[in-house]
Amino acid sequence: MMNETAKLTVSASPHVKGPATVSGVMFDVIIALCPAAIAGIAVFGFRAALVMAVCVGSCVAFEYLSRKIMKKSVTVGDLSAVVTGLLLAFNLPVSIPLWMCVIGSFVAIVIVKQLFGGVGQNFANPAITARIVLLVSFASAMTHFPEPKSVDAIVSATPLATLSGFDLSGDLTGQIHLYQAADKLPSYFRMFLGVRQGCIGEVCAAALLIGAAYLLIRGVIKIAIPFSYIGTVAVFMLLASRFNLAFTAYQLMGGGLLLGAFFMATDYATSPVNLKGKIVFGIGCGLLTSVIRLYGSLPEGVSYSILLMNIACPLIEKATAPAYFGFVKKKKEKKAKEQAKEGAGA
Amino acid sequence: MSHPSPGAILKAVAKGRGGIHVAHNKITADCETVRMPPPRCVVLPMQQHIGAPCAPTVKKGDHVDVGQVVGDSDKYVSAPIHASVSGTVTAVADVKLANGRIAPAVTIESDGQMTLWEGLRPPKVTNRQELFAAIRASGLVGLGGAGFPSHVKLNTPPDKPIDTLIVNAAECEPYITVDYRECLENSWNIMGAVYTLAELLDLKNVVIAVEDNKPEAIRVLKAIADEDNDRGDIVKLMTLKSKYPQGAEKMMVLSATGRKVPAGGLPADVGCIVMNVASAAFVSRYLKTGKPLTSRSVTVSGDCIRRPMNVRVPIGTSIREIIDFCGGFTEEPYKILSGGPMMGQALVSIDVPLLKSNNAVLAFSRRGVGLKPQRDCIRCGRCHEACPMGLIPTQIVKYANKRDAEELARLGVSVCMECGSCAYSCPAGEPLVQHMRLAKEIMREAGVK
Repeated sequence: MMNETAKLTVSASPHVKGPATVSGVMFDVIIALCPAAIAGIAVFGFRAALVMAVCVGSCVAFEYLSRKIMKKSVTVGDLSAVVTGLLLAFNLPVSIPLWMCVIGSFVAIVIVKQLFGGVGQNFANPAITARIVLLVSFASAMTHFPEPKSVDAIVSATPLATLSGFDLSGDLTGQIHLYQAADKLPSYFRMFLGVRQGCIGEVCAAALLIGAAYLLIRGVIKIAIPFSYIGTVAVFMLLASRFNLAFTAYQLMGGGLLLGAFFMATDYATSPVNLKGKIVFGIGCGLLTSVIRLYGSLPEGVSYSILLMNIACPLIEKATAPAYFGFVKKKKEKKAKEQAKEGAGA
Repeated sequence: MSHPSPGAILKAVAKGRGGIHVAHNKITADCETVRMPPPRCVVLPMQQHIGAPCAPTVKKGDHVDVGQVVGDSDKYVSAPIHASVSGTVTAVADVKLANGRIAPAVTIESDGQMTLWEGLRPPKVTNRQELFAAIRASGLVGLGGAGFPSHVKLNTPPDKPIDTLIVNAAECEPYITVDYRECLENSWNIMGAVYTLAELLDLKNVVIAVEDNKPEAIRVLKAIADEDNDRGDIVKLMTLKSKYPQGAEKMMVLSATGRKVPAGGLPADVGCIVMNVASAAFVSRYLKTGKPLTSRSVTVSGDCIRRPMNVRVPIGTSIREIIDFCGGFTEEPYKILSGGPMMGQALVSIDVPLLKSNNAVLAFSRRGVGLKPQRDCIRCGRCHEACPMGLIPTQIVKYANKRDAEELARLGVSVCMECGSCAYSCPAGEPLVQHMRLAKEIMREAGVK
């Protein structure tokens, strides 16, 4: 069957490859974002879908154009631009002018991602950086949060903004009850379902948790970063509120904590690869978020804290480098030898 | 180590990190080993082992019989080469090997008789030194793939006392079933070797390690291990969760004893010797018959092979002839491997001789082993999670591209055993093992250890 001139393929081992692909991983993330996307549309109406479409479309277009202009292979097929677009839309209020979405996409894809070498090379999370750039540039448009479609109540601020006005040393439970009764603070149930003010993708805790569970089951993300991140915030809030559970619950479900912890802080390119590094990274994010929320001038700090920890990521990775198999510390080796000598002497 | 009740099956005492789950594809598991008829001719390269090459001891025109020495070396770390067929030496010249290297070899044209050399006698072995001498004379090298001379491996320095012999029957590479067949077909030889080695090397523990996907092998070996009650219960059977690369030497030592072989060290540094199950069975056979290593079992498999099977083949037989014996190809092969799909070598040509350390010949179409399109690394960390040695391949690639030998040494590249778990799990399809080899080469060039 095989003749003398037949050519055989030669390559380095291993000769079988696992089923995982980059586009498969990205597709899993997209699936995991779907519940939150649906919840966003349900809560804020059709315009939420429009914002998502514009963000995704412009992210993919910028990805395509920048690769073309830089004369590099077109990587639109890996779906990473779609993920970035969705995440960016999730971090915007539904009333955002659409041209701002395009600017955000430009910052995310062209400046943060492609100028640094494309997927895996960016030093900061593209969607988060884009959100911060928009927040700084268009502060009023970015902090104008319309009420959910189904709610008639007149709510003046996001839950976190309301909470930040509370006196931490005062009677927190009483203040929360007062605001809940006046409909100035959504009930726990509404918080969980996402019927509240906020960015498109961050409001529905239930949808975010479903998506997060999917990612964990599929092995796309590890629990280390979300656990240490949310855990740190929870502990910090409990201590700061003198173990007030209601206050802590609002802090955990409010703002972009769940979205940030499960979908943004776990971004592969900008978080440590090793377990110890992931835990340090998560705790750092948690501390920064808590400090900004309670003691900073801003009601929300998830974006800033993730961005700051992104920048610290290479340092964390270096400091927490795991010992490889059979690694022997020079000092320990000496000590062991001395002990062995002593043992032999005795 | 706790002392289990007699005949109990041990579970691994420690679990290694990383590893991957690869499709086993042990399609030849139920194929009884078939002895191949004498080939037309054999080509015996003078180096089939790690260590000093042999020099031919025969010349063109000589008549040789099976088991007669045709190449030897006066160096200790070496293993003699024996004629694997009877017939006439037709050439003593350079040939091209599977790895592309050119090496001197003795070519013997078979007379079809397979006459045994009359000088073969069972060796007299009563102590360590006689055992090592006998094993060296037998030409045995690690049959699991490494090809390290067995007498050197067993002859550990006196300052490193050995208490545990681990007989490796894990066979974690997909497709390959020769060790499994060895367990079923030669279980008494395996046990014979175990007792001989335990007595002569004064070993306290012998652990036979099998993956739990081979229940039949476990049953057969356990039945024999149970006979060992009156010998003080030194032999224990250990089952391992089937996970690649469970059969790697350092992983074995960790599973069986909980000890970690230090980086740059050998199992002997923690009191262990790991021996492949087929090598062990051979020792026992050799001590009984005196017939040196002239043939071995290979798994011939893959989706392009018409009749996948396990074949007992004279060493030096051309791989083309072995494949023809198995019915040839069903379609034009895309890739042919010597060894398993995880660590085996892709062959440039099938007109190369089978060596002592080759345990499989696998022929695949593009469907089986097609390359994954290569994309940019997304830093997902799957390579780090899969690495049994705890290395961080993403960083190693980075510093290999910068040719930074110091940093590569800090990252511990030298402990990489090239098992391929990282490259298998990489979604971007990066040839990570190739990068590891490059990194080692950069360190070697810079003289960094």
